[in-house]
Amino acid sequence: MAKTLAEKILSEKSQGDARSGDIVVAQVDLVFVQDTTGPLTIDEFRKLGFERLANPKKTFLFLDHAAPSPNHQLSSDHIKLRQFARQFGCRLYDVGDGVCHQVVAESLARPGDVIVGADSHTVTTGALGSLATGMGSSDVAVILGLGKTWFRVPETIRVVVSGDFKAGVSAKDLSLHLIGRLGADGATYKALEFGGDTVDRMSLSGRLTIANMAVEAGAKLGLLPSDEITRDYLASQGRAEHYRPLSPDAKASYEQRISIDAADLEPTVSRPHTVDNTAPARELKGIKIQQVFIGTCTSGRLEDLAVAADILRGKQHHRDTRLIVAPASRRVLLEAIAAGHIQTLAQAGAVILPPGCGPCLGLHQGVLGRGEACLSTANRNFKGRMGSPEAFIYLASPATAAATALTGEITDPREVL
Amino acid sequence: MLRGRAFKFGDDISTDHIAPGRLAHLRSNLPELARHVLEDADVTFASRVKAGDFIVAGGNFGLGSSREHAPLIIKLAGVSAILAKSVARIFFRNAINLGLPVLICDTDRIDDGDELEIDLAAGAIVDRTNGKELAFDKIPPVMLAILNEGGLIPYIKKYGGFRL
Repeated sequence: MAKTLAEKILSEKSQGDARSGDIVVAQVDLVFVQDTTGPLTIDEFRKLGFERLANPKKTFLFLDHAAPSPNHQLSSDHIKLRQFARQFGCRLYDVGDGVCHQVVAESLARPGDVIVGADSHTVTTGALGSLATGMGSSDVAVILGLGKTWFRVPETIRVVVSGDFKAGVSAKDLSLHLIGRLGADGATYKALEFGGDTVDRMSLSGRLTIANMAVEAGAKLGLLPSDEITRDYLASQGRAEHYRPLSPDAKASYEQRISIDAADLEPTVSRPHTVDNTAPARELKGIKIQQVFIGTCTSGRLEDLAVAADILRGKQHHRDTRLIVAPASRRVLLEAIAAGHIQTLAQAGAVILPPGCGPCLGLHQGVLGRGEACLSTANRNFKGRMGSPEAFIYLASPATAAATALTGEITDPREVL
Repeated sequence: MLRGRAFKFGDDISTDHIAPGRLAHLRSNLPELARHVLEDADVTFASRVKAGDFIVAGGNFGLGSSREHAPLIIKLAGVSAILAKSVARIFFRNAINLGLPVLICDTDRIDDGDELEIDLAAGAIVDRTNGKELAFDKIPPVMLAILNEGGLIPYIKKYGGFRL
């Protein structure tokens, strides 16, 4: 029987014939926590009475949400995670190494792996053909000890994208468009599987963006095939040996099929306070923005910084709009320095943050005040997410963010290209 | 039998409404974090909710983050079950893993402040205020087994693994 990507991987990892709707127990190849979910996971791991990790070489801890720590309470959490890593012999990525999902993409995820992280955006590495999903601390604590967990094999929505993006339009706009169409719960419990010639040609950076955003439609997985672009990406990260091709069967059974013509898309913005509240950027002209944030596991990669740098080169951000840039990882930071993007952005007046999550979740480094509006390249605009519950968050692409930083109001990037 | 009052909420109540990132420094101080539960949806909720009460929400309750602190502080605040039209995936797993029932039903038929009685085994919700009875969707068997043990930690301690 023909299989979707989710059915293929879960069949392999549960050593059975996994069909959508089945409940399976599957081996977990890679498990991780971050600094705001890790401490509770450790407490629950200890309650379970496990004396060792099932797979210490495949267990990772990340200090990325508060990196470096802004207060003593979070510093205590960091100490707890560092001690755990030492005691149980697993690797900890410390402050400055980068956002967990970016580091997992660069250094750890392999096509066909089952990956569980104590973070909802673990779906990001579905871009490499990994079956990657987020779970809470109890589930992850059990995986740390047993090396497996239960899954409901999801129904799959197949999203086929064809044609070329117009200038100023990118993978982020595709994601926002799709979520606007599906709704914030349109794919709940399901997998979103992407294909089509646009996706076949899309860089890994763009693929990571669309897999990352899948959870904003409620999806459990955002899956892409592993192909020659995946192979080249893995080789560029020094791990060509991790490549294996992986694609859904041509006759796989899908719950729904959605076709999108990339040429129809335009720069898109999610308005407060839900991601599915989308509109074309051009219709939002005139909305004043006090902070532009470019970064995160969604859109903080080299390509994203390059797009922003191209728009901001030789110019200054609007005086009423602060510009904050956080590269997604140390590797991205170093590459952006080498390419000159950091210089360009800093000259345009950007505040350059260390690699990490900070402002995306209102934890530090760009917390919004009452009545302020931020246009962000992140993935969530829920009320209160970036600080004051009386602040407003708009989500958009790096191009729209850079254009907005220049003008001080929401701006379709095609106006400044 | 669970008994308590209904606290109504709308659609798309996110984990940021329940336990926002700006309070991440309180996640290792759960009693203090629980004093802020659902603060961004209703600032009076934490001071009004009593042991046994119910959250009665619209669609897509608990969307967003994997932070298990969200259902955990709802439970610590005394809430005995969450009723919603639909619930986000990770939140659903997290709540059941903590032994907190999540019941999918037509919450439009319940008003804020109604007195409810819920019989989990019988699958029945009785609204004592308006006299209506309503059913809730069956909890998937694997999750019901975890819930019946009081959550995932006691379940795994009892069985040593998953028994499907």
